[in-house]
Amino acid sequence: MSTGTYGAYGGRYVPETLIPALDELEQGWRDALDDPAFRLELDTLRTQYAGRPTPLTLAERFAPGKRIYLKREDLLHTGAHKLNNTLGQALLARRLGKKRLVAETGAGQHGVATATMAARFGLECIVYMGREDMRRQQPNVERMRLLGATIEPVEFGSETLKEATSEAIRDWIANVETTYYLIGSCVGPAPYPEIVRELQAVLGREARTQILEQAGRLPEVAVACVGGGSNAIGLFAGFLDDSEVRLVGVEAAGAASLASGRPGVLHGARSSILADGDGQILATESISAGLDYPGVGPEHAALRDEGRATYVTVSDDEAVAAFWELSRTEGIIPALEPAHALAHARDLDAELVLVCLSGRGDKDLAEVLAR
Amino acid sequence: MKRLSVYLMAGQETPELAAAAVEGGADLLELGFPFSDPLADGPVIRRAAERALAAGMNTAACLECLARTRELVDVPLVPMTYSSLLEAYGYERFAEDARSAGANSMIIADLPADQRPELRRIQLVAPTSPDARIALAAKRTDGWLYLVTLTGTTGARTALSPQLAGLVERARRLTEVPLLAGFGISTPEHARAAAELADGIVVGSRAIEVAGDGPEALRAYVATLRAALDATDVRER
Repeated sequence: MSTGTYGAYGGRYVPETLIPALDELEQGWRDALDDPAFRLELDTLRTQYAGRPTPLTLAERFAPGKRIYLKREDLLHTGAHKLNNTLGQALLARRLGKKRLVAETGAGQHGVATATMAARFGLECIVYMGREDMRRQQPNVERMRLLGATIEPVEFGSETLKEATSEAIRDWIANVETTYYLIGSCVGPAPYPEIVRELQAVLGREARTQILEQAGRLPEVAVACVGGGSNAIGLFAGFLDDSEVRLVGVEAAGAASLASGRPGVLHGARSSILADGDGQILATESISAGLDYPGVGPEHAALRDEGRATYVTVSDDEAVAAFWELSRTEGIIPALEPAHALAHARDLDAELVLVCLSGRGDKDLAEVLAR
Repeated sequence: MKRLSVYLMAGQETPELAAAAVEGGADLLELGFPFSDPLADGPVIRRAAERALAAGMNTAACLECLARTRELVDVPLVPMTYSSLLEAYGYERFAEDARSAGANSMIIADLPADQRPELRRIQLVAPTSPDARIALAAKRTDGWLYLVTLTGTTGARTALSPQLAGLVERARRLTEVPLLAGFGISTPEHARAAAELADGIVVGSRAIEVAGDGPEALRAYVATLRAALDATDVRER
């Protein structure tokens, strides 16, 4: 078994009850990767069900004087990069003989992507979602229900992604024999960060090939928004070995786990988290439900410490401005999460920039129009 | 004699509650240091932690509470908390300061036996733990082994978990350290049934609920558990 650590980060900080399940998951994942039939099924689902590869679009009017290429994960089935992960993990769950999926969701995109795969494979699906997030992401709540998932409202604490994740893990602890916990980002105890990164890496590898074809060279900078960090780690995975490509993660100013966090333990892993001096997890505040999370994937914390990636913040207002701007100049309505990456990309001192447009903005219309 | 451990959340009234629990027959006390996101805990302890944090029970205040409790009781005192507090405070420093304040060991609910083995603490095992992990936890544990009776979080249940018997049987084959069973034990009937298998029990969520009615209510509740355990002793003799 691998150590599941990234420098000083990662590991397994969970109740003992879950350790055997994590061992089983890790073994199952290794076996699956070695199994040509699993890889073939994954590839087939990616192309024939999910719609991969997604295109790379040059956003000419959004940033005059620059070439900003958008990796169009908004065009993936269900409207966000989240399906890359749920597709692979649902296959793994089925392989492990688990009939029940539990997941947490913030913006609702991961919940929708999980509910989608549960429907596709005939599995039971329970999604934990904070009451506040259910309010601000109502269309996704309705989509999940339509797909046959049960939504469990989480009504304590901040009523957002942090509490939803805790409740999903508690459900898993109680039902560990029958249940697969389908985590939505590159967070959580080992081996989840590695599994999610590997499943999202498809978007980074595609983007690398595409930008070489379309722009004739590698980008100066690759930019992605970071909540838990799964679309960013997927994008970065395509360019980690290209030392000339700068990697930039963009956090919400009110939820900057990397830009202003400290080492700590949240949801099963050691990472950079927003906590007070006693280790109590702090409340976050972002207009974007998908970034409204006080933790981040452990590999991002390690990439920051190594200096391989840098992490910056963007305010709610800047993100909303970019949301409008991309809609009006390119005819593409982005989700509020990648709107953070877009806002930063425009201001970069670089001519050729790759941005992961991780999802589409239909879910955010009410929130943006109400401002 | 079967051991009876009572869990209380650290707070202003805790030293008096602890004294009442000991008077009722507790011979070990676990003192919860509240964490904002306690993954192993069900609603009762989670809410108690939220109240404690709102009342200002940070790590320093909890250590002070521990020291004041130590002045009132002679039984072993064991802080129970989560890794995040020790990350912030420093693992070694926490162990030292807790000991200075009167702690006899500690329990970290989200720090399995293979993480930070150098930190002496009471280890937990669960019905899902394979024999190799039970053996590892038993080897590393500090005095006794905490048997989590069920796959789930803390909180009262209607009946004692049927998973406990198998877990005790496996643990007995692997170790001679005392085995205390916790999670889901709340009534004298549960206590009696659990004590027929294990060397003692831990009561948490129900104790916290009863503690809400004050020291006398807690003393009376603990005394019913003590009587149930003592009845087991008599039968075993």
